[in-house]
Amino acid sequence: MAVTHLQCKECKSEYPLEALYVCERCFGPLEVAYDHSRLAGGDTDELRRRIQAGPQNIWRYADFLPTTAYGRGARGGFPENTGGGGSLRTGLPAGCTPLIRADRLAQRLGLREVWVKNDAANPTHSFKDRVVSVATARARELGFQTIACASTGNLAGSVAAHGAALGLESYVFIPADLEEQKVLATGVYGTKLVAVEGNYDDVNRLCTELCAERDWAFVNVNLRPYYAEGSKTLAFEIAEQLGFQLPDRIVAPVASGSLFTKIGRGFSEWREVGLLDGETPKMNGAQAEGCSPVASAFAAGHDVCRPVKPNTIAKSLAIGNPADGPYALELARETGGSVDAVSDEEIKQGIALLAQTTGVFTETAGGVTTAVLAKLAQRGEIDPDERVVLVITGEGLKTLDAVRDMFTTHSIAPTVSAFEAGVPEAVAV
Amino acid sequence: MAVTVKIPTQLRSASGGEAEAVLDGATVQDVLDGLYALHGELRERLSDEDGSLRRFVNVYVAGEDIRFLDGLATPVADGAELTILPAVAGG
Repeated sequence: MAVTHLQCKECKSEYPLEALYVCERCFGPLEVAYDHSRLAGGDTDELRRRIQAGPQNIWRYADFLPTTAYGRGARGGFPENTGGGGSLRTGLPAGCTPLIRADRLAQRLGLREVWVKNDAANPTHSFKDRVVSVATARARELGFQTIACASTGNLAGSVAAHGAALGLESYVFIPADLEEQKVLATGVYGTKLVAVEGNYDDVNRLCTELCAERDWAFVNVNLRPYYAEGSKTLAFEIAEQLGFQLPDRIVAPVASGSLFTKIGRGFSEWREVGLLDGETPKMNGAQAEGCSPVASAFAAGHDVCRPVKPNTIAKSLAIGNPADGPYALELARETGGSVDAVSDEEIKQGIALLAQTTGVFTETAGGVTTAVLAKLAQRGEIDPDERVVLVITGEGLKTLDAVRDMFTTHSIAPTVSAFEAGVPEAVAV
Repeated sequence: MAVTVKIPTQLRSASGGEAEAVLDGATVQDVLDGLYALHGELRERLSDEDGSLRRFVNVYVAGEDIRFLDGLATPVADGAELTILPAVAGG
C-alpha cells in the first residue's frame, strides 16, 4: 500500500489516515500523501502492465488511490474479496469513460488534434462517480454507516446511487433552486434529500457545521482528502488512453478547483514514478461569468479568490467560495495555462457546438468548458499542432432547460406534401 | 454587547475544549481580539502575521460571510452569533 498519511498543503503538518480534512494548526486543507518509491520494485514497465491488467474501472489505478481494502494483495494481484471494502465488483464501477477524437470540433476551431474525455459516461452521468467511489470505499474502511454531501447536483445523484448500491444510508443536501432533472435523478435512489433555502455556499456551510455534530461521512467535507483523490483518475485515464503519453493542454471546468488541481496532480504523480515523460500539460480552467471568482483572481493577478454570489445557468459550477481556488490559480500559472470565464449565452453555444460536432450532449458545465476552448482557439492561444483534451464532466439530459428554444421543430400533418411544404430544405431534387 | 462565538471542533484543543465563547465587542475584530485574550493560542491559528485572517478561515456573522460585509470591521449586534469555520469543504 503506497498511501502513508494525511498532510497539510500549507504547513506540511502530518495527520493519520482518518476522517480529517482541516489542519488544526493553520486551518489549511489536508491532502493524502504516498510513498511510491517501491511500486512494482521501481520497474515502470511492470507497473504499466499491472495497470493494464486491472479492472475496467478506476480501481485499475488502486496503487495511486487512498484506500486499503481496494489495494492490491501481497502478490500485486487484485483480491476478489477484501476485508472491509468488499469485492471490486460491488458498488458502482466508475471510470474508463471514452476519450473521443473530435476532428470535426478541431476543424471548426482551427486546431489539429482535439480529444473529448466524456465523463458523462459514468454510472450517474458525471465525473462525480470517480470521487464518490473513492470516498465511499474509504468511508466503509473507516466504519461509517452513513454517507452525506453538499451538492450542486451531480454529486447528489452519485452519493445517493452509491449509498443505494452499497446499502449505506445517505443524506444529500442541495440548494433549493437546483434543476428538476438533477433533483429527480437523485431522489429516485431513496436517499434523504434535503433542499436548503440558499445557494451552494450556504449548503456547504451548513454541512460543515453538521459534520461536527453527526458521525457521518460527508464525502466532500470530512472525507474530502480521499474524495478529491478520485479526480486524479481522469488524468490517469487520459494518459493511458493516449498510449501512456501526455497531452499538451487540458481544458477543464473549475468549481471548487478540486477536479482541476487533481488532474494536474495525477499527471505529476505519473511523471514522478516514470510512467510519463514530459511536462505537465498547460492547464486551462473554465468558469461561468456569473460565478467566476477564480477567473477574476487570475485576471487580476491575485493569489486568493474573493468570494461571489453565483448567478449563472451553470449551476454545477456555481461555487462562489472555492476551497481550492488558490491552488487552481497556482496550477494554471505554473503550467502556462489560464482560467477564463464565459457568458451564459456562450455556454449555450458551447453545448450546441459540442453536440453538433461530436454527438456528445453535455450539461451547462460542459458548455462552459467547450466555450472556453473556443475562446482560447479564437484568441490564438493554442498552437494548431497541440494535442488538446477537453474534459466533459456531465450529461446534457440533466440541464435540459439550457437548450430549450435553441432549435426549430417542424410540426406537420402525416403527408408527403405537408412534409415538403413544412420542411422545404428537405425537398427531393 | 454580548456576542456568541462558535468555535469549530478543529480549534477546540486551543480553547480548552470549549465549543462557544460569549464575548463583548462592536466589530468582528473586537470580538476576535476578545477571543484571543481568552484563548491565546487561537490567534496564530486564525491570523496571519499581519493580523488578517488566514486564507482558509471563514467567519460568518448571522450566517453571512464577512467578506460580503465589511470584513474584520463588520459591526456585530448585541446577541449576534459569530461562526468560525474551515474554508476547505465542498466541490
